[in-house]
Parts: sequence; C-alpha cells; structure tokens
Amino acid sequence: MDVLFQLGVFITLLFLGYVFGRRAEARHYKTIRMRERAFRKIVVLNERFPPPHLCQHQSTMVCGNVVVSVDYFKVVVAGLRSLVGGRMTSYESLLDRGRREAILRMQNEAKNLGAEAVINLKFETSQISGQAGQGLGSIEVLAYGTALIPVIPE
Amino acid sequence: MLISNIEIIPNKKIVQHLGLVQGSTVRAKHAGKDIMAGFKNIFGGELSSYTELLQESREEAISRMSQQAAALGANAVINVRFSTSAIAAGASEILAYGTAVVIED
Repeated sequence: MDVLFQLGVFITLLFLGYVFGRRAEARHYKTIRMRERAFRKIVVLNERFPPPHLCQHQSTMVCGNVVVSVDYFKVVVAGLRSLVGGRMTSYESLLDRGRREAILRMQNEAKNLGAEAVINLKFETSQISGQAGQGLGSIEVLAYGTALIPVIPE
Repeated sequence: MLISNIEIIPNKKIVQHLGLVQGSTVRAKHAGKDIMAGFKNIFGGELSSYTELLQESREEAISRMSQQAAALGANAVINVRFSTSAIAAGASEILAYGTAVVIED
C-alpha cells in the first residue's frame, strides 16, 4: 500500500512536470525568438575592443541575469540518461534558454540606454541547488558586457 | 564612476592605475520564497524571486566595488569581472572585481 502511494506521488509529479514544464518551455522559446528579432539592431560581440566605427562612443557596463528552474520530468530523464551516458538534451535546452534570456535582458538594458552595440560579452553560470543531493536545482546565468552609446553632438 | 568590462575607455586616456578593487555580497531569500522555489522545481519555469535576489546582490557588489574605487581616488573601474558561487542552499555569493583607474579626456 505504502509503495503504491509512493509510486502514485512519483507518477503525479512526473506528469505535472511533463505537462507544465513542456508548456513553460514552449512559451519561453516563443518569447525568446520574438524578442531576439526585436533586438537584432543591438549588435552583441565578444571582442575585447570596440570596432573602429564605434570608437568614439561612450561606454558603460550592462548586465542581465535570469534564474531558470528545472522541472521534475527533466530531472528524472536526466537521471536515467546519466545511467547510460550521452547527451543530456533536457538540460541542454534549459541552459540554452537561460543564456539567451540573459543576453536579451542585457540587450534590453542597453537599448534603454540608447546603445548601438555591446562588446566583450561574458557569461557567468552557476547552480542554485534545491534540496541537498537532489541533483540540479536551478541555474543562474549572468551575461554582462560593455554597451557603446553614441555621443550626441552639442 | 565609469564602469566597464573592457580594458580601455573609448575616447578617454588612462593616466593612472590604482590596482584591484572588489566588492562582494552574500544573500539569502526567506523561507517562504524558498518553499515556492521548491514547488517551481516540479513545474519548471523562471524563479523570479531568485532573479530579483541576484539582481539586487549584483548591484550591491558593484556599488561596494565603486565605493572602494572612489576611496582610492579613482574615477573609473575597468576590466570588471563577476564571479558567483552557491555557498549554502538558498544563499549565494556574488563577487565583482576590477581595476581602479584615473581617466582623463
């Protein structure tokens, strides 16, 4: 009876994770693609020095960060995958979403400052663990770079 | 205070290097939000309370770093880098560090 109850809880969590997790991911990807099109004008480079035509611009640092959580289904799938090895696609998409979202937020900050480009993009990724020993909790991604703002002639 | 994560400030000249400055902060969210985050680990999606937490702590780290730079008499911090680590469940540390410099037009 006890085993049956535990199995029931597990399957319920798995089901909830699958349904809500898939839906959240699909919705997130949709907004990411939409905003990436909108922000295409702000060029993001990971070069250390500004390109020649932007050398006269003002500079300031911009950041964007996001914390994305895993869902239960992803944790279980990744747990099974780690038995046999190979690509963990369930976590790949999570990190991909986190990185793209962090860049978008950084671009948004740059846009609010009126910037034309962001150079020297750097990423910082870290994990925020949930309960101890329960695998990956959630990931934090921080994207930062230097925004180049055109100087308005007086 | 000009803050930049490249080694130069476009259009400005660096006249003096004053050395490394840093600022760090450790923050935790209260238990209620932690429980909500635990639920989110089942459903997936963004943890906006943690995003806010890290945003605040990042700003705090930057402001501490610029205070230190201002105390040295600098007017800009260049080559800024961030480093984050989780030191305990629900708490995170953010470190910002860079080079304090004096710039001139």
